[in-house]
Amino acid sequence: MTLLSYAKAMNTALSDALAADPAVCVLGEDVGAGLAGLTLGLQQRFGAQRVVDTPLSEQAFTSAGVGAALAGMRPVIELQIPSLLFLVFEQLANQAHKLSLMTGGQARVPLTVVVPGSGSRSGWAGQHSDHPYSLFAHVGIKTLVPATPTDAYGLLSSAIRDDDPVVLFAPAGALGVREDVTAPLAPVPLGEARIHRRGSDVTVLAVGHLVHQALAVAEELADEVSVEVLDPRTLYPLDRAALAESLSRTGRLVVADDSNRFAGFAAEVLAITAEECRLLAPPRRVTRPDGAVLPFALGLDQALQPGADQLRDAVRAVLK
Amino acid sequence: MSLPHLADPAGRYRAMRLIRSFEELALQWVRSGLIVGGTHPYIGQEAVAVGVCAALDPADRLTSTHRGHGHVLAKGADPGRLLAELAGRVDGLNAGRGGSMHAADFSLGILGANGIVGAGAPIAVGAAWASQRLGDPRVVASFFGDGALNQGVLLEAFNLASIWRAPVLFVCENNGYATTLPAGAAVGGSACGRAEAFGIPAETVDGMDVEAVRAAADRAVARARAGGGPSFLECLTYRFEAHHTMERRFRLSYRTAEEVASWRARDPLASARAALPEADTIDTEVTQLLAQAATFAQESAVPDPSSAEDFLYASGLKPRSGAAL
Ligand SMILES: Cc1ncc(C[n+]2csc(CCOP(=O)(O)OP(=O)(O)O)c2C)c(N)n1
Repeated sequence: MTLLSYAKAMNTALSDALAADPAVCVLGEDVGAGLAGLTLGLQQRFGAQRVVDTPLSEQAFTSAGVGAALAGMRPVIELQIPSLLFLVFEQLANQAHKLSLMTGGQARVPLTVVVPGSGSRSGWAGQHSDHPYSLFAHVGIKTLVPATPTDAYGLLSSAIRDDDPVVLFAPAGALGVREDVTAPLAPVPLGEARIHRRGSDVTVLAVGHLVHQALAVAEELADEVSVEVLDPRTLYPLDRAALAESLSRTGRLVVADDSNRFAGFAAEVLAITAEECRLLAPPRRVTRPDGAVLPFALGLDQALQPGADQLRDAVRAVLK
Repeated sequence: MSLPHLADPAGRYRAMRLIRSFEELALQWVRSGLIVGGTHPYIGQEAVAVGVCAALDPADRLTSTHRGHGHVLAKGADPGRLLAELAGRVDGLNAGRGGSMHAADFSLGILGANGIVGAGAPIAVGAAWASQRLGDPRVVASFFGDGALNQGVLLEAFNLASIWRAPVLFVCENNGYATTLPAGAAVGGSACGRAEAFGIPAETVDGMDVEAVRAAADRAVARARAGGGPSFLECLTYRFEAHHTMERRFRLSYRTAEEVASWRARDPLASARAALPEADTIDTEVTQLLAQAATFAQESAVPDPSSAEDFLYASGLKPRSGAAL
């Protein structure tokens, strides 16, 4: 039995992609040393021309990734901190995402941005604990949040092959997950949800590391209620068919989403459900508070994160 | 092989004449409502686009600015298709999806005008780095105004280009103003000093003299192709018209009539023309070409509203519509 770690899965995805296609390259801070674990050993294997240590110039190297993509490469950009996405929003939202339409289909921007350790890492406070996937989904950039090592491998592999810009969030809360892998690792198509656990009473749609929390809660409540755990994996484009299918069986919905409540991802899931599905009870969502900024002290940080207690309460609430 | 249509003084004059007349026509079209949304006229700065592009090969690339028509035409874009783009027609360079500020022709290496000041420079660096990596000898010219010198990302781009020895030619079109703000009041130090601080060779040239611009661009492109890395050119120039076609409405006054007149007296077309016996013939040719371009653009259809989200994703993803179910 070999246990595959989340970081190793991403490392393998990058290494396989670099080996398969000379157009793939990796750019980021400290990627040569492999500080975040994703790129360990890749510079030794593929050279400093393909696994490129960049200076601390996120805006320029993200846009350089866009330019390189326009010139025929498939760059992968690693950002060390999720909040840096705010810094490069211009380069991603305003340039990378818009180029295909604005050029009337002349431009292809096969750029992947990976953010290992997104969300709270406990004790990293306000500027290191964001999980801004809702913003990217809102803009229309393909947005991925893998929960498991095999999905991390599969989604990253597909992102690199995709002809559009993609942002992949690897939640800090999922990085410690290890998986016993028997089948060969394989690409996971973008836009396909995954049912982690079948159930008939409630659908818990959980994002990223919250999938594991949802599975634990489902197990705990197993005598009381049959919970289905649905992981969208790709937040945008969302697998609406899988959501509708699950709800057609359970008729009840709870969303567990580690982003801010107001105008966040969970809000969109609820809106879609209201428009397109029939529910037996009002849906619930467990999120960070409106406009949250995570405080430093551990207890304060945890007080703002979607927790197992809240999820349990939400599941019971929709059963009433 | 440099761009054949800019290979000699007659070709360069012709290109400048084309840009000037194109821009005059575009101004008329804005006034008559054929172009909706306005444009940023390039009139007065023609020698920069033509001088720089004269140093480029057909395979070379460029990134451009909100004031991009001159760069796009100098690189060889079809004036009829550019005009159709400004008028939002299906035969436009971008199928009517980009308009003036996003005009692009990838088949000619024109990676696009850009509505965000300074944004093209790091894209140019990335494209240049990619060709270097892929072992193809292309260079990239990146145009920007003096206003872009105050965008942090531009300075980051200088640094990346320098450490990567990327084959880029940074071209600062210093027309003295960022909208109404004089460069003298906005740029601490000097334009060239900023590039030099990153180890990039820099020179200032007379941007009203196409041959002077070309000579400097030739040196820079030769250096880039030989693996010598980026260069910076500051071209001193002037826009004869308003910042954009809406300016008139606001009755702004930030330049004196004397200042405008003194620069107009140095019209780059006048000096290029003086040395050319065949200038009249060229003017007539350009007039005819633009008449054809205008007909082409006017006859091109407006895009079908049901296609408004076509091209949103290169992968072909079709998102939900915004309307009720
Ligand atoms: C980053 C950014 N800030 C502001 C604007 C609005 N804007 C458009 S053009 C312009 C002036 C640009 O001046 P300069 O770079 O000197 O170019 P010029 O217009 O003189 O050709 C401004 C402020 C913008 N498009 N992008």
